[in-house]
Amino acid sequence: MLTDYSVLLISAILVNNFVLVQFLGLCPFMGVSNKLETAMGMSMATTFVLTLASACSHLTYNYLLQPLGLDYLRTISFILVIAVVVQFTEMVVRKSSPLLHRVLGVYLPLITTNCAVLGVALLNLNKEHNFLQSLVYGFGAALGFSLVLVLFAAMRERLAVADVPEPFHGAAIGMVTAGLMSLAFMGFAGIV
Amino acid sequence: MLLSTPTSPHAHTPLDTSGLMRLVILATLPGVAALTWFFGWGTIVNIAFASLIALACEAFALYLRGRRVMFYLRDCSALVTAILLGIALPPGSPWWIIAVGIVFAILIAKQLYGGMGYNPFNPAMAGYVVLLISFPLEMTRWLSPLGTFEGSVPGLMEALQLCFGGGFDAHTMATTLDVFKQGAGLMVADVWQQNPQFGRWGGLGWEWVNIGFLAGGCYLLHRGVFTWHAPMSMLIALTAMAAVFYDGGSSASGGSPLMHLLSGATMLGAFFIITDPVSSAVSTRGRLIYGALAGVLVYVIRRWGNYPDAVAFAVLIVNFAAPFIDHYTMPRTYGHNRGGSD
Repeated sequence: MLTDYSVLLISAILVNNFVLVQFLGLCPFMGVSNKLETAMGMSMATTFVLTLASACSHLTYNYLLQPLGLDYLRTISFILVIAVVVQFTEMVVRKSSPLLHRVLGVYLPLITTNCAVLGVALLNLNKEHNFLQSLVYGFGAALGFSLVLVLFAAMRERLAVADVPEPFHGAAIGMVTAGLMSLAFMGFAGIV
Repeated sequence: MLLSTPTSPHAHTPLDTSGLMRLVILATLPGVAALTWFFGWGTIVNIAFASLIALACEAFALYLRGRRVMFYLRDCSALVTAILLGIALPPGSPWWIIAVGIVFAILIAKQLYGGMGYNPFNPAMAGYVVLLISFPLEMTRWLSPLGTFEGSVPGLMEALQLCFGGGFDAHTMATTLDVFKQGAGLMVADVWQQNPQFGRWGGLGWEWVNIGFLAGGCYLLHRGVFTWHAPMSMLIALTAMAAVFYDGGSSASGGSPLMHLLSGATMLGAFFIITDPVSSAVSTRGRLIYGALAGVLVYVIRRWGNYPDAVAFAVLIVNFAAPFIDHYTMPRTYGHNRGGSD
């Protein structure tokens, strides 16, 4: 039981890393990784929202869509659920903790467009995860995303001062680096 | 007690980049000699061909960028990359494997980032990983070491034939780590007995290759080319992981610590790869963490992953983590408070 969940967690963090192995959530990965501080904020916000959203979309599917026979609406309703969760989180954080809001504030609305969030919701469905499994899978996906984002941001700060040839400045060398990191993560294949 | 107080000038022999690189090349000699003794001339052919292509690629990239070609070629860093990749490739690899690996290593993993001193990943290991993922069949075809079959290992002409012609018969066999991965369910003693490629501690030939690289590494340590932190913490972490998970009996438990230390690319990785001054962590505490992470990852991927040896993957992953580790282990500057605030 406990092993199953830890296997699921490790698989989502390392072996099937959402960014480097499944290529989901690349927009924030490239967009918010210029500075370590912002990457930290983004990864905390994403972890919170992704975990919550995967639980909520699981509930929505099993207790709303399926009883009503509305399976075909799942993509659009998941998008709605995610947008609502993000908005709700933003409101709660703003009222309850101004400090946290200052740290996360800018990033929260951005998460709505993170395809990893929708991806986790749909993958949970495909893999027929139960509620707890969905939660763990969502959390693992978020941890994997955060790990890679933060490491990548630290590396890009170093790349910013490297003597990179003119045509490869900025996003281009970032993409090359992401590719190399993806190669490195293939080493985890087969661990679970 | 005699306290010697030499007066100025305190003459030093400062190590410049090319001197450092030549020392590294010199220190690979014992390991290369062992590889050649046990696996034939293939390694030498690998290294020679890789060096040729590496220098050509480096010169080409420098020319395109309008840099001083001879000045940068003379720092020998491309040669070190070529030698490390040549050592890592199976002896008798076909020429195109070597070419693809070294072109990727020099052009993409090194020159795209600005060349010497800027590459965030170890070029040789990046080239190796690309090859291992793209051509798993060719990359896992190791010749059988001396002493497992009648006859001898390939000589110079035969090695050249293996590299460029392909029409030469040679024995190949699984490496020790590979056998261990496939042979779950047997007792260690059985595995040892059934497979002639197991030597005393870590695989026939392999143990001497690793001891060779260990000797070379100790020489570099003695000359102060790198500090002891990263290699020691990597070896200690690997030993600790192996000791924790080894049950002393079945091969399913992943082999003894001694076997892990003395087979595969452990010593090459610990002393020649993760000590790369460019792609590793720079602070002292950072190096300890960096090395330990590498050791743990080597064991995890060897033991549970798909690939029999893990040093290249582990190195790329810790290279990837190095800037982050550095960011949090920055030593306090004198006169400032902890945490960077003043």
